[in-house]
Amino acid sequence: MMIDHPLLGLRDAQEFTYLGDASLIDRPDWQAEDAQDAFHDYLYLRDNPAGAHRELWFHETGDRSWLVVTRNTLTHEITKVELARDVARARGRSK
Amino acid sequence: MLNLKPITALGAEVPQVDSFDGLEIAERADFALASLAARQGEEVLCATKAQAYLGFALPQPGQGSLAAPFSAFWMGPDQWMIAAPHDRHEDLASHLKQALGESASVSEQTDGWCRFDLSGAGLQAVLERLCNADLASMAAGEARRVRLEHLGCFIWCLEPSQSVAILGPRSSAASLHHALVGAAKSAL
Repeated sequence: MMIDHPLLGLRDAQEFTYLGDASLIDRPDWQAEDAQDAFHDYLYLRDNPAGAHRELWFHETGDRSWLVVTRNTLTHEITKVELARDVARARGRSK
Repeated sequence: MLNLKPITALGAEVPQVDSFDGLEIAERADFALASLAARQGEEVLCATKAQAYLGFALPQPGQGSLAAPFSAFWMGPDQWMIAAPHDRHEDLASHLKQALGESASVSEQTDGWCRFDLSGAGLQAVLERLCNADLASMAAGEARRVRLEHLGCFIWCLEPSQSVAILGPRSSAASLHHALVGAAKSAL
């Protein structure tokens, strides 16, 4: 499997490690009233789609960047690769 | 004052050199290293100040620059490794920090790494046994981070297809050296 790194081009999947669902970017506000429930859902509840899935990959033996990879869980086809920092900033994080 | 004796990454007084038919593996103890990371929102200022200090523009992703006295390669988004001869640039990190000010974060890296320079016609045959860096595609100055003997190392192209520097974690210098010598004996 090859991952088309946004900066470095096609790289072998063995250079990467997998973390999980890209929704992990959306960490709840720990000071919110419902923080306990929000963190329960954040930590334990995952969608398990048969099809397109956005997930976090780390380019460990590479440039150490986090990527958001859109992968089809049925075919392993990778349709989109973004830098996770760009995704996070687009959602108002890490400004 | 303490009478301290400098030793190389392999623990000797002089750098180790191993010669094979078609390859020389030379430990390099004469380079100072510092990492440079542009601070968020200061990327343009950092690039301008770095160019003024280094004499060349900070390399684009995957690329690098070999020059005197400074060389550099790209490590990751907005991060670079800067190298210079140790005898005149032992305090590279503090000079870089003075030149770049608040636009960048600079870390001393010299003693975090060991460096082995591999050169010769047998380079490709040895390197392909060690890691999955595509030597033929690398231009002078380009660097790749690879996994080599279970270690995260940089392969830094000094001369296309002929000579590379391998930077690895200094505390594992002997393991890295063992792997390089083993691959050379196997391949050549």
